[in-house]
Amino acid sequence: MSLDRTRLAARIARDIPEGAYVNLGIGAPTLISDYLPEGAEIILHTENGMLGMGPQPRPGEIDPDLINAGKVPVTELPGAAYFHHADSFGMMRGGHIDICVLGAFQVSQAGDLANWSTGAPGAIPAVGGAMDLAIGAKQVFVMTDLLTKTGESKLVAACSYPLTGVGCVTRVYTDRAVFDVTPDGFAVTETFDTTLEELTRLTGLELVDRTHAEPIDIVQEAGT
Amino acid sequence: MIDKVRADAAAAVAGIEDGSTVMISGFGRAGQPVELIDALIGLGPNELTIVSNNAGNGDVGLARLLAAGRVRKIVCSFPRQLDSWVFDGLYRAGEIELELVPQGNLVERIRAAGAGIGAFFTPTGFGTPLAEGKETREIDGRNYVLEYPIHADYALIGGYRADRLGNVIYRKTSRNFGPVMAAAATTSIVQVDEVVAVGALDPEGIVTPGVFVDRVVTVGERNWLEGGVFVGADDAEGNRGPASDRTAPGPAASARTKGDAA
Repeated sequence: MSLDRTRLAARIARDIPEGAYVNLGIGAPTLISDYLPEGAEIILHTENGMLGMGPQPRPGEIDPDLINAGKVPVTELPGAAYFHHADSFGMMRGGHIDICVLGAFQVSQAGDLANWSTGAPGAIPAVGGAMDLAIGAKQVFVMTDLLTKTGESKLVAACSYPLTGVGCVTRVYTDRAVFDVTPDGFAVTETFDTTLEELTRLTGLELVDRTHAEPIDIVQEAGT
Repeated sequence: MIDKVRADAAAAVAGIEDGSTVMISGFGRAGQPVELIDALIGLGPNELTIVSNNAGNGDVGLARLLAAGRVRKIVCSFPRQLDSWVFDGLYRAGEIELELVPQGNLVERIRAAGAGIGAFFTPTGFGTPLAEGKETREIDGRNYVLEYPIHADYALIGGYRADRLGNVIYRKTSRNFGPVMAAAATTSIVQVDEVVAVGALDPEGIVTPGVFVDRVVTVGERNWLEGGVFVGADDAEGNRGPASDRTAPGPAASARTKGDAA
C-alpha cells in the first residue's frame, strides 16, 4: 500500500539525524515534528525568528507572540532562541540550516522546484520564504503525493509552473516511493508497494533503480 | 534631555503625509503595531506605499488601513492568507498594486537600507519569475540576482518595552521585522506595552538600540500578559475566555481589549 501523509511524515522523520537544524515548511511537512525520535536533540527553525520551536500549546495557553511560519501558535523548548528576520533568513541563505522539507507542485529531474504558484490567471501570488529555503538549506527534501489530484505526475522532465528554485532539491518523498535527485535524473531508493515499472509508467520518466535490498516497515513505526 | 516618548499613538504618527512609504512590522498578527496603524487611519494620509511581510489579517490593523482605501501599493512576500479577505478583494478589483518579494530578499533589502548598502547579490529567486529583468551575476560558480534596498519615510513597529532613549526589546516571535525596519526608515515609531526607566533594560539584552528609534509610545499591556506575567490566551488573536463571551469583531475591533490603548 502507498503511504498516507502521517506515514510519509514518519518516514521522513527517520532521515533527520540528531543534532540537525531543520525547517519544516508550512502544511504537511509540519506533521514530521510529531514523529521525530523522542529525546533526540533536533532543533526546529521557524522562519519568523526562532530556533528550538516546540509543539502547539495547551488550550488557554496560547501566546499570540509565539507562532510558527504557518502563523499557528507554538511553544518554546529549553534552549530556544529568538532573532529578527534578517538573521533568520541569513540562517537559510547562508547554509546554516541542515535540512528543510517543503511541499511541491512539481520537481524536475534536474532538481528544480515549483511550489509557490501555478501561474493561474486571477490567483493571488504569495511566495513567503519558499525561495530562500529552497536555495539555502544544505539538503532540500520535498514531501508530496506522486500524482496530482487529476493523476498527473509531480515529477517531471522540466517544470511547467513558475520556479521556486533552480537545481535545489535533494530528495523527494512521495506516497509511492522515495527519489533522490542525481546527475542521471531521479533515482528510486525505496518503493511503497509499487514497482519501478509502475513508477516509470506513472511519471513518464527514465528512472534509476537504487532501491534498498530490504524494505523498511514504515507502517508499523508510524502506527504508534 | 532626550525624550522620544509621545503622549499617545496619534502624537506618535503625526506628520505622516500623503504618498509616504511606511514600513509596518509583524508576521501575520504577531508584532503588528495595531494601535499605531489605527492612529494612522485617524490621521488620514492617502496614497501610501506599505512595506510589510503580509497584507493584513481579518479586519484589524493593516487590513483596516487597506479597507480604508489609504494604500496605493504594498510590498510584501505573502499577501494571501486564510484571513486576508480585505487585500484579496482590493487586489482582484485592481485597486491596489502589489510588489511580491521573496521574504528573505524583502528583509535583506530593508536591512540594506538601514545599513547603508547600495545593492547586493542574492542567490534567492535566481531563475524564477520574481527575478525577471533583474541583473544577475555568476560569482564563484553560483548565480545571484542584484537587489536594491527598500527605504521608507516611516516605520511603525510593535515592540514590548522601551525607554525614553528609544532602546527597545521585543517579545518572542513578534520581533520579526521590527529591528530591521527600525534602522531602515527615516522616522521610526515604536509602540510598546510599557516605557521603563533609563537603565532598567539590560544593556546586554537590548535588541534595537535607541539610535534607530525616533518616537516611542505606550499602548498598554497586551491581552495575554498581566503585570508582565504570561497568563495565556484562548486563540491566536489574543482573546481570552470562552468564544461565546466575546463581542463579535467589527471593522474597528482590535485584538487588544484591555489597558489604555489609543
